[in-house]
Amino acid sequence: MTDVATTRAAATKTAPATDKQRRLNPLNGVAHVALFLWALATAGPLIWVVLASFKNNTEIFLGKPFALPETFSFTTYTDAWSEAHIGQYFLNSVFVVAISTAGTMLLGSMAAYVLARYKFPGNRAIYYLFVSGLAFPTFMALAPLFGIVQSLGLLNTFTGLILVYIAYSLSFTVFFLAAFFKTLPHEIDEAALVDGAGHLRRFFQIMMPMAKSGLISITIFNIVGQWNQYLLPVVIMQGAGADSKWVLTQGIANISTQAGYHAEWSTLFAALTLSILPMIVVYAIFQRQIQAGLTAGAVK
Amino acid sequence: MRHGKYPFIIGFLVVPLALYLVFVVGAYLQMFQLSLTDWSGYGGFSYIGLENFQKLWDDPVFWIALRHNLYLLILMPIVTIALALFFAFLLNSGGKKAGGVWGSKVYRVIFFFPQLLALAIVAVIFGRVFGSDKSGMINGLLPQSWTPWLFLADERWALTCILVVLVWQAVGFYVVLFSAGMGSIAEEIYEAAALDGATKITLFFRITLPLLWDTLQVAWVYLGIAAFDAFALVNIMSVNHGGPNNSTQVLSMQIYLNAFQNSQAGYASALGVVLFFLTLTFAALTLRVTRRDAVQA
Repeated sequence: MTDVATTRAAATKTAPATDKQRRLNPLNGVAHVALFLWALATAGPLIWVVLASFKNNTEIFLGKPFALPETFSFTTYTDAWSEAHIGQYFLNSVFVVAISTAGTMLLGSMAAYVLARYKFPGNRAIYYLFVSGLAFPTFMALAPLFGIVQSLGLLNTFTGLILVYIAYSLSFTVFFLAAFFKTLPHEIDEAALVDGAGHLRRFFQIMMPMAKSGLISITIFNIVGQWNQYLLPVVIMQGAGADSKWVLTQGIANISTQAGYHAEWSTLFAALTLSILPMIVVYAIFQRQIQAGLTAGAVK
Repeated sequence: MRHGKYPFIIGFLVVPLALYLVFVVGAYLQMFQLSLTDWSGYGGFSYIGLENFQKLWDDPVFWIALRHNLYLLILMPIVTIALALFFAFLLNSGGKKAGGVWGSKVYRVIFFFPQLLALAIVAVIFGRVFGSDKSGMINGLLPQSWTPWLFLADERWALTCILVVLVWQAVGFYVVLFSAGMGSIAEEIYEAAALDGATKITLFFRITLPLLWDTLQVAWVYLGIAAFDAFALVNIMSVNHGGPNNSTQVLSMQIYLNAFQNSQAGYASALGVVLFFLTLTFAALTLRVTRRDAVQA
């Protein structure tokens, strides 16, 4: 992936030479129109949300979705942050995703490493058990999952949600990392063994650093996946007092329903903007790594 | 050399395997057991044989939901892949040496962004975009004198709105994916064909598409999984969780509603069991098709 990116970056520098040639191509005109329209269709709804977050309800119902707001007022934002609890939901999401991604990475790489590089009876069976989870969508066994979490007394707890996140992320993490650990050369590993390094030391001090690029890719994949999770929190974070432990997706979906009853659209738009903004900032900084990380699982 | 190997293996496997067995494998195994019971979701249950499956067979909503899932399962990958291929081709049509079309990097960044938003957030946004009065984005853009379109409140169009949102979010990811695939095709192949007088369209169908085949297959499987779920969209966007009049009903919504609102967790498990075998069949078929292709290549 990085190779492609660097060659492309290098290639752009030579672009002016072929500029004239490309301008003559009629396909380029069509290309620009089509690409621009899709960019508009992609960015339009997001720009609209940000603009509407500054408007009051009367302005929102006027139509003219892309007109600038009459006054830029931040009260909708303070309302969304504190009264609609977006701040709380945001922090809950950060907390849950931070711990469960770390847990997924640690446990997933341990399992993948052992399955990829050690021979023992049952190795294949355990590997396929992990990977088979990829074939079945999460929603299938929703009712029994609820029952299991409930019987462990973990319903409506962060611990329950984190453990479930980790368990359901293991399939892809193990699948991806096992393939990655297999491709790493055996020579260094064996040299370390001759030098007397133990299994643990070889894992943490040799294999983990060597697998860095794969680990980063799958970490990004898990962060994005768990941050965006909606179904699992809806199932697990329910019961008395659950609303204080909701994650961001759940909180905003609920504000959306409430806004329908009370016609409080501006608070909803402010809440949406607050959830989109951090993603834009993170994406602006790590754009290349994120694109590479998310697509890494699909191209060999 | 073998010193401490087994303690190490067991030490590294026990925690991840235990979590996976309890929450994933355990849930699937219990699904089979519970599908034979009248479990409500709380408390005890008794075995009722195949009654749930009989009920499922006679349930018209199940067949409606299944039909909608098939509709999304077929159309969503086709539309997404076609659009993504088209845009990826346009972005790369300047050739690798020219760095693609002007502004291609900016387009790639913009297109990809929706992939980072939670589907639930996207659903809330598009619930408003498709709002059926002037406060909705699309109706707000239409001339004042027009009667607002109902979109999600219209039985005929509600499912198409869901499809549009699924496609809107997914396209950018596959543009980037296909672009990467196209970038790895050797420039010499194109140059040789162009010298022979091939047009860009011929190049696309004769060279790009066949060489991209593996990536397309992966895309098809990924999109199939995404289209199969759609829970967040239906739960948040649709009128009355799958309405109006079940016109957006899908299987994930049915499982959720039966398990948590109708207190029919046993019945929801039976739905899961049927889906389990449908998915298994689908996976086996996909594997078969992929294997045949591998032999051909």
